[in-house]
Amino acid sequence: MRWVVLQFPGSCDERDAVRACELSGGEARLHWHEDRDLGNADAVVVPGGFSYGDYLRAGAIARFSPAMEAVAEFAAAGGPVLGICNGFQVLCEAGLLPGALLRNESLRFLCRQVELIEEPGGERLSIPVKHGEGRYWAPDEMLDALEATGQVAYRYAPGQSPNGSARDIAGVTNEVGNVLGLMPHPEHAVDPLEGSTDGLRVFERMARLARVAA
Amino acid sequence: MKARVLIRPKEGILDPQGKAVERALPALGFEGIEHVRVGRMVELEAEGPERLSELCEKLLANPLIEDFEIQRIDA
Repeated sequence: MRWVVLQFPGSCDERDAVRACELSGGEARLHWHEDRDLGNADAVVVPGGFSYGDYLRAGAIARFSPAMEAVAEFAAAGGPVLGICNGFQVLCEAGLLPGALLRNESLRFLCRQVELIEEPGGERLSIPVKHGEGRYWAPDEMLDALEATGQVAYRYAPGQSPNGSARDIAGVTNEVGNVLGLMPHPEHAVDPLEGSTDGLRVFERMARLARVAA
Repeated sequence: MKARVLIRPKEGILDPQGKAVERALPALGFEGIEHVRVGRMVELEAEGPERLSELCEKLLANPLIEDFEIQRIDA
């Protein structure tokens, strides 16, 4: 299992993501955003941070980088792509995932551990969030469609939504299911020292997709 | 040509920035002001107006959540 973790100017969680990929049982390398060739990647992570300083809107400028063109092609060919936090915002801006992330209802940057419900299955995961623009939003008819097609991958546990997201949505997939984005940071919950190793489940979910794609 | 692009959150989308501004107003003695919405304004100079709309849809605004309006400023 070969992971590629993108790195933009302003990324800050890419090294944790590399470590999480390795702990989940794969090899991982960083990939500079100006490099269009993803090589022999089995899966791609678009990591968290503040790509291009979040100028204009979070993720709005990063989506035009050469590496993101390659990610769009990789995703179209069925390759698994995981977007975390800013990476989720980038994937939404790029049109690879439905919806958008808006300023938190509280206007505050939040950093705290939350409980997530994984779908399908209903497993509870303890994973931290840290974001200022994490309020998931899509028009009602789009939300209905996402729920009907099983594209809601993670929700905040009842009463735990930190940001006012529509229908407590914390993460969604594309229609095919090979592109997944979520606001919480699974790469920060992979070691008992961090208080939870539940984040590994998210990386394992992507690894299963990679095996199907191969 | 010079142009000004006004970008605002779509009707019906909660705008917490606008709400925060609105809540601060009475304390400063401004009464009777409501429905405050905060957006962005981009000024630019272009060779022509042809592709401005496309530029707004692709980059300056996110059409899912924002409306935009291009105003031409003729110097």
